[in-house]
Amino acid sequence: MALEFEKSLVEMEEKLSALTNSSDERRPQFDTEIAELKKQMKVLMKDTYSNLSPWDTVQVARHAERPLIRDYIAGMCNEFIELHGDRCFGDDLGIIGGFATMETRRVMLIGHQKGKNVDENVKYNFGMANPEGYRKALRLMKLAERYGLPIVSLIDTPGAYPGLEAEARGQAEAIARNLTEMSRLETPIVVVVTGEGGSGGALGIGVGDAILMLANAVYSVISPEGCASILWRDGAKAPEAAAALKITAPSLLELGIVDEVIPEPQGGAHRNHTETLQNVKKAILKHLGLLSKLSRRKLVDRRFAKYAAIGKF
Amino acid sequence: MGWFSLSKKRADAQPKVRTEDMWTVCPSCNAHIFKEEWQKANKVCSQCGFHDRLSSRERIDLLLDAGSFHELAREVGTSDPLAFEDAKGKYVERVEEAKKTTGMKEAVVAGRGKMDGRRVVLAVMDFRFMGGSLGSGTGERILRAMTFAVKQKMPCIVVSASGGARMHEGIVSLMQMVKTCAGVARLNEAKVPYISVMTHPTTGGVSASFAMVGDVNISEPGALIGFAGRRVIEQTIKQKLPDDFQTAEYVLNHGFIDRIVHRNEMKSFIVSVLRYWGVK
Repeated sequence: MALEFEKSLVEMEEKLSALTNSSDERRPQFDTEIAELKKQMKVLMKDTYSNLSPWDTVQVARHAERPLIRDYIAGMCNEFIELHGDRCFGDDLGIIGGFATMETRRVMLIGHQKGKNVDENVKYNFGMANPEGYRKALRLMKLAERYGLPIVSLIDTPGAYPGLEAEARGQAEAIARNLTEMSRLETPIVVVVTGEGGSGGALGIGVGDAILMLANAVYSVISPEGCASILWRDGAKAPEAAAALKITAPSLLELGIVDEVIPEPQGGAHRNHTETLQNVKKAILKHLGLLSKLSRRKLVDRRFAKYAAIGKF
Repeated sequence: MGWFSLSKKRADAQPKVRTEDMWTVCPSCNAHIFKEEWQKANKVCSQCGFHDRLSSRERIDLLLDAGSFHELAREVGTSDPLAFEDAKGKYVERVEEAKKTTGMKEAVVAGRGKMDGRRVVLAVMDFRFMGGSLGSGTGERILRAMTFAVKQKMPCIVVSASGGARMHEGIVSLMQMVKTCAGVARLNEAKVPYISVMTHPTTGGVSASFAMVGDVNISEPGALIGFAGRRVIEQTIKQKLPDDFQTAEYVLNHGFIDRIVHRNEMKSFIVSVLRYWGVK
């Protein structure tokens, strides 16, 4: 799937791949053309990706081939023991979690789960969790606190699920409870926004000591489409809303909401999973190392002070 | 033309006592109620029981002992962290409008005061100020009220009336949800009672933060309480929602509030809880 702004780039990639994999007997003669194409592509890639508009970035953040939580687990953890259920109602697959080991460090890993295809997305509800998802996450986080495990939370959701059942089971309460509890959990919490940071649905597992964000991820109080339909009275004005809301990683770093932007490979995370996973892993381990030196009390005081200071007035 | 001039003449000949100034029409059942009676009943309809919106000032007068209110965090106002501008214009201009029409600096007023002689901290949101939305000034005022309550060991009561986060402040607004919940966590840790009163409407980022996590959650009858908007849900699930969906009664039945209390019994109910807690 080619995004609108990178159509020429994708065409070039396809041409290159056709040439490289050609079984034509003249294949050896293509080498100069391939080399030239590669050079051109590098320039175009850099041009395209260093000039993304906020709305382009939204498209990259939602890209169907962007690494998802199962990829991160496979690429970053030597071990993952998934745990299920909120012990109240059910097991939500929009948020998953469990015991994980990263290098030698044991952590509680939680995060939103989007699907790779339609079937998976139906099963995981496109990463839009119900209350039991947030309650499962909270159960696991409290378990982590009890056993002194730091928490790693990976954010990638369009938002909390807006459904009848979700309201009936207390979507608002589930998120509010998580915010309250996460603000006082006596264990380090590292949050990484890997794709879409969709409002309260992201925040519900997104309170932490270090908030990291991939370079082409977005994080917003409302989707650009939703904001456009309310404030512009026209959903098609989403690109304008995306710019006005300041939802990209550099903007959020400048606003002091994000502590570190994790670089993505040239051309976006979807072009090179391995490099993306390595970058994310490195950043998480660095922050876990720093946070592990703080006492429990210091950690909670520091977290409180950090959130208390957000906002100008 | 003649018809219009006749009607103008009649309008001029109106009696001195203008009846439309004496009556209020209930927005819910359309009953005509004497304005004086309407005000005396604190804007609750005597015919159908509808609770009309109160301003923060009216709410403070309703709940606190006369003359006992002292405002806190007055100096905290709005700001424009994103330099936000939409189709209608600049956010700062919208704020100026809201300030002019409400006489307030933010969507919440906080202070200390007395309820039946008992010392409390009270924060009251006002829907007239940008839909009661949670901006950074709003969050700061609420957190300061909570922090004051912790320091003084005075119970904290927050009355919400809000559509949710304030989009114009983007992510900074979203983070006020954490900020206020961190305040609740501090209240809990210090074992300082926290009562949340949800009035019409309490939705979005406010219901999904400090409003839902009171030690005691109370609501007024008929108040809209929920996370996502009705229209968004209907579009998502492609079905019609029940009429009572997201009403206080629905939320009570689903276990998320302790009690629905009539406005004119609100003060005595809260006082009975404070008395039980031994608040002096």
